Amino acid sequence: MTALDEPPPAAPGAPLLEARHVVQEFVVRDHGGVRGGVVQAVSDVSFEVREGETLGIVGETGSGKSTLARSILQSPRPKSGEVRFRGVELTKLRKGELLDARRHVQMVFQDPFGSLDPKWKAARIVEEPLLAYGVGAAERGRRVRELLDLVGLDPSLYADRRPRQLSGGQCQRVAIARALALSPALIICDEAVSSLDVLIQAQILNLFEQLRAELRLAYLFIAHDLALVKQVSDRVAVMYLGRLCEVGPAEEIYRQPLHHYTRGLLDSIPSPDPKVGRRRPSENLGGEPPSPLDPPSGCRFRTRCPRAEERCAAEVPELRTLAPGHEVACHFPLEHAAV
Amino acid sequence: MTTAEAGRLAARDEHPAHQLRRFDDVTAPVLLDVNDLRVRFNGGGRVVRAVNGVSFSVAPGETLAVIGESGSGKTVTSRAVMGLLPPTAQVSGSVRFEGRELVGCSEKELRQVRGRLISMVFQDPARSLNPTMRIGAQIREAVRVHEKITRQQGRDRAIELLRMVRLPSPETRYVEYPHQLSGGMRQRVMIAIALACRPKLLIADEATTALDVTTQAQIMEMLLELQQEMGMALLLISHDMGLAASYTSEVAVMYAGRIVEGAATEELFERVRMPYTKVLLDAIPRIDRPSHSLLPVVPGRPPDLSDLADNCAFNPRCPRVTERCRVERPALEEHEPGHRYACFHPHRAEGE
Repeated sequence: MTALDEPPPAAPGAPLLEARHVVQEFVVRDHGGVRGGVVQAVSDVSFEVREGETLGIVGETGSGKSTLARSILQSPRPKSGEVRFRGVELTKLRKGELLDARRHVQMVFQDPFGSLDPKWKAARIVEEPLLAYGVGAAERGRRVRELLDLVGLDPSLYADRRPRQLSGGQCQRVAIARALALSPALIICDEAVSSLDVLIQAQILNLFEQLRAELRLAYLFIAHDLALVKQVSDRVAVMYLGRLCEVGPAEEIYRQPLHHYTRGLLDSIPSPDPKVGRRRPSENLGGEPPSPLDPPSGCRFRTRCPRAEERCAAEVPELRTLAPGHEVACHFPLEHAAV
Repeated sequence: MTTAEAGRLAARDEHPAHQLRRFDDVTAPVLLDVNDLRVRFNGGGRVVRAVNGVSFSVAPGETLAVIGESGSGKTVTSRAVMGLLPPTAQVSGSVRFEGRELVGCSEKELRQVRGRLISMVFQDPARSLNPTMRIGAQIREAVRVHEKITRQQGRDRAIELLRMVRLPSPETRYVEYPHQLSGGMRQRVMIAIALACRPKLLIADEATTALDVTTQAQIMEMLLELQQEMGMALLLISHDMGLAASYTSEVAVMYAGRIVEGAATEELFERVRMPYTKVLLDAIPRIDRPSHSLLPVVPGRPPDLSDLADNCAFNPRCPRVTERCRVERPALEEHEPGHRYACFHPHRAEGE
């Protein structure tokens, strides 16, 4: 089998990626290396991504969404929990095997300049993963041209340019071409379009959409912008302080959120239509997220929740299904009117 | 719409800042009057024309949004108003504040204006605060520059300001350092410093861009309340159309160093004329759009500011371009009452 052969497909019906009870913690050191506290970055997160599906993850700064992405790639490995990709348990793999598995899960980062080597030409950047997996020279050259073409960069113009000779949007296209080099099944986009201007952002979003259709890619799309996530996602997971509070079909989450936090987030988005006026300023979302060093007991959102009661402090709400495919982690969810 | 929302909207419309003001209305008082502002940077053997003849005015208590992508000249314009450009910048044109010309003023004269009459809040609160100074000292300093006050008066004033920007437990925060605060709290401190001398104009340059949506909503609501209390004008520099639509009364859209469209907020969003504004609005992901829909996009990117021709700068990307746009530059004129735009082939909605 050459390096670019298609991997065996997963058993029918099985999810492409499955995360179960993933926990990631970091120890903070005080002066002199004294153990200062534990940042509970990701606490007991479970979700799945099916073949060809886009799962969006939204959350504010510090909600643990980037840490979650890295835990999936085992970089670093999560403290506990299971991450299965096509049925293979990644957390148990040894280094060499993990390298092999990672071929099918690639990542696109936020900063297009920071994630490309400034001294390398675009063609070499895109070629590197092929080299690492032992693809022959002739095949590499052909594949690099094909990839650049696929992301909308004319190989004859851009193959020999270095990142500083490219704009932000073009750099992001190179990063996407690099991620596609090994024909992955899943791409993790961590705020991949957040630093781009509106018009360039729209171009890249359309590129993601086109690649999804052509290559049957699945995405894990992480962003803080709810509208952006809606644009690309089949399903959306809302994250707050290391836990998922709501998971469900994109249309439904935005039309009828069940969690008070999701409602607050939606109300905070300024609408590009002055007739809508300012939404209710989210009085229910006063204050700021507490520190992940010392998250509130029970429901982590309770300190900002308008509906919080004693039970919320005592008992951690588990995700439970309230409508088909729509789960919420709340003791007192918003009304779900039958539509 | 709930009754609470309706009430809020009505209150917004009654506020004088939200009533439509005509550009040619000479009787309207003007706080800031920018006329034919041009900024060039020489360097590396090229001349970068960042701002090319920008004119706008801000009335007392008004909220104007200047919208544009990176490189459109919106930040350079705001810095030129404050006299904060590096010495390599060549500024021409006029910036009048309460009738007083600011272009060409000495640094000493500018210091009389900055902070006292015009204040600015920047995008990155972490880098705008001094990491080695306590919060309280930084606010006190802002007051002391313009007023003679004792240490105790300074303390009282600083705590009052922190309370005004709704920072929880201001007495504790007063003795803390910037690193002990979250991004949203730091931005509140920046606003407290900017408002220390009750300026007549506050320039917010992408002031909420780095913040989360919930924090952004809190800060914007607070800014608007303070603005009404103090009768202060607000110049909002942003790339976010949603922010402009929700929080301002007047909008100017910039492209390649020029204003290409300007009108009262509701007028502009209801009757978009300039194809660039239209394209910008259409390209924003919106929660009311179905998932996986393709966004209408235009190819290409903004022009090189060191190589601008005397034509419409948007012509290579414009869906409505004709030969005339390539050889002639449309002037920014008030084609409709209260609505300025620079375009030969303005967009019209169906039925107009």
